[in-house]
Amino acid sequence: MSRRTELRIGARPTVVVGSLAVTTFVLVVLSIGTGDYALTPAEVLRTLAGQGSKFDYLVVTEQRLPRVLVAVLIGMALALAGTVFQVLTRNPLGSPDIIGFTTGSATGGVVTILVFGAGAGAVALGALAGGLGTALLVSLLCGSRGLLGDKLVLIGIGVSAVLVGLNSYLLTKVAIGDAAQAVTWMVGNLAGRGWDHLLPLAIAVAVLAPVVFCYGRPLRMLEMGDPLAIGIGVDVNRVRPLLFGLAVALTAAATASAGPVPFIALAAPQLARRLTRLPGPNLLPSAVMGAALVVAADYLGQRLLESSLLPVGVVTAALGGGYLAWLLLVGRRAGVSGAGRPGGS
Amino acid sequence: MVTITSPPGRDLRTLRPLLLLGALVALLVVALLSIAFGSNQLSLGAVLHALFAYEGTFEDVVVRDTRVPRTLLGIAAGMALGLAGALMQSITRNPIADPGFLGINHGAAVAIVFALAAFGVTEPAGLIWFAFAGALVATALVYAIGGGRGASSPMRLALAGVAVQASFVGINQAMQLINTHSLDKMRFWLVGSLANREVDALTVLLPFFLAGVVLALLLGRSLNALALGEDTAHGLGTNPLLVRSAGLLAVGLLCGAATAACGPIAFVGLMVPQLVRGLAGQDERWVLGLSVLVAPVLLLGCDVLGRVLGSPGELQVGIVTDVLGGIVLVWLVRRLRAVGR
Repeated sequence: MSRRTELRIGARPTVVVGSLAVTTFVLVVLSIGTGDYALTPAEVLRTLAGQGSKFDYLVVTEQRLPRVLVAVLIGMALALAGTVFQVLTRNPLGSPDIIGFTTGSATGGVVTILVFGAGAGAVALGALAGGLGTALLVSLLCGSRGLLGDKLVLIGIGVSAVLVGLNSYLLTKVAIGDAAQAVTWMVGNLAGRGWDHLLPLAIAVAVLAPVVFCYGRPLRMLEMGDPLAIGIGVDVNRVRPLLFGLAVALTAAATASAGPVPFIALAAPQLARRLTRLPGPNLLPSAVMGAALVVAADYLGQRLLESSLLPVGVVTAALGGGYLAWLLLVGRRAGVSGAGRPGGS
Repeated sequence: MVTITSPPGRDLRTLRPLLLLGALVALLVVALLSIAFGSNQLSLGAVLHALFAYEGTFEDVVVRDTRVPRTLLGIAAGMALGLAGALMQSITRNPIADPGFLGINHGAAVAIVFALAAFGVTEPAGLIWFAFAGALVATALVYAIGGGRGASSPMRLALAGVAVQASFVGINQAMQLINTHSLDKMRFWLVGSLANREVDALTVLLPFFLAGVVLALLLGRSLNALALGEDTAHGLGTNPLLVRSAGLLAVGLLCGAATAACGPIAFVGLMVPQLVRGLAGQDERWVLGLSVLVAPVLLLGCDVLGRVLGSPGELQVGIVTDVLGGIVLVWLVRRLRAVGR
């Protein structure tokens, strides 16, 4: 991969990003229109433009819009974090879900809900602490250089199991009302997300995402291996922890606002890469893909069943598991252990 | 395949019978502990009275009607999980295979929750068929995705397990959320516990459990042959496809029975065969035979530990095995790399 290809912006990625953005917008409009009080897409657009009735305006801006914007931002944050994690671990499966980060955030959140009976702000802080603690623990257990490869994944599974045990224990220790609240939070849920959830998330993404984009070039160099990256002049020992921290913070911000939404960080970067057919981190296409996936999953969860609403996390877990299975099958057919390396073109 | 190797220079021929004896004694001790400990504190005399001079007093009833069935259930479920784990590790030639953490028990759980929620089945005799179907489907899925024939890397199989399990857990959660009123019941059942299970569940499950145990133990010789490689196995008159299919059938029977009785319990099948292999060597017949005895020791031990740690209430055994198993998995993985995979 030469400097020339890196600078060239091909037609294909542009088309991919464009059509994903359009898809996301269409899903956003559909999602705003869905619910007990249904609106047609035309009504939604008119209301957003400030032309609708006062009631429509209230429903859209107070309830539906913040929720769908949270979905968009969560998708972007998780997808960016996933891209960074996959590059840093040089493993397409090195996503925060699998290395136990998501479960750790859940533990942090559940502990704050159950032990301190806390509100949304404290839960977010608890999730952040839980996620960071788990990320730290897993990387410590992996040892030096352990962040690369299979070991990280398996140790993540082990640590997750311990945390899942802890979560279940906490759930059985409390009253059913608290348990129901915690379970709803633990699956990743967008129901009832308002502006007060959106604001901290929006600030976090606005601060963190641009930094990640700024490090796109070193990230691409890191993907090709440390010796090459060092040769090109990347300060590996500074950049790697920095990017790791950014990815952790993005995941934590997303988890804090909606609970753990599984598989987006894993699937979005890879789907984006498959579509653009570009090697390298594909940051922008991944981010747009993540947004599209979360909004789609949330929309699906709201529309799938008449009687009840499925949380977004349940939809992505069920679909994401299928996607991971497919990935492994494809990897096997290609004769690759694991599922192929990112950028292995 | 990487396993913990036994210390060199020790003669397994004298060691193995001793291990067998030790396992039997340990099982006896832990069974007695399981009967003696509980939320009602009973003196040893009261326990012995209930066992040998039953008169129908409150203490007698506690021991006879709750602790003894619970202990028996623990023994049966432990045996099933340990055997299933040993079989999985042998068939997939994968040291970290475990029916719980590969999502097989969750497959059975999904089928059971589905039976509860969609068909209103509540009788153990009806649930068991759903459990088997779920366990078999999950086994086949994980094996097809992550293993296939011959050796697969620990990583691939684990990931296939993660994938399958994630889907199952997602579906389970969805069904819990749809049936909010059953959450209260299911949140305990889905943790995996030996407490408050219906007594007749054990009798319903027993035939399936026995069939699985017999099938598994019969496979020891063939699995030994298979361990020597596909061609050698053929030469020795073993049909690899038949052995693997029979093994997976046994895994399905054992996991289905255990999950139907206790909910999904993970990691027992990971830890026990590892320990046994480390002590008794690679002979599959001994690994299977010893796992049958050691696994219930672990499961009952965890159950007692849960009762002690969680007092005045109790910690469900599935939680204790999760925590312990997770730690063992981390330890194994760190060791795996140290040995040099």
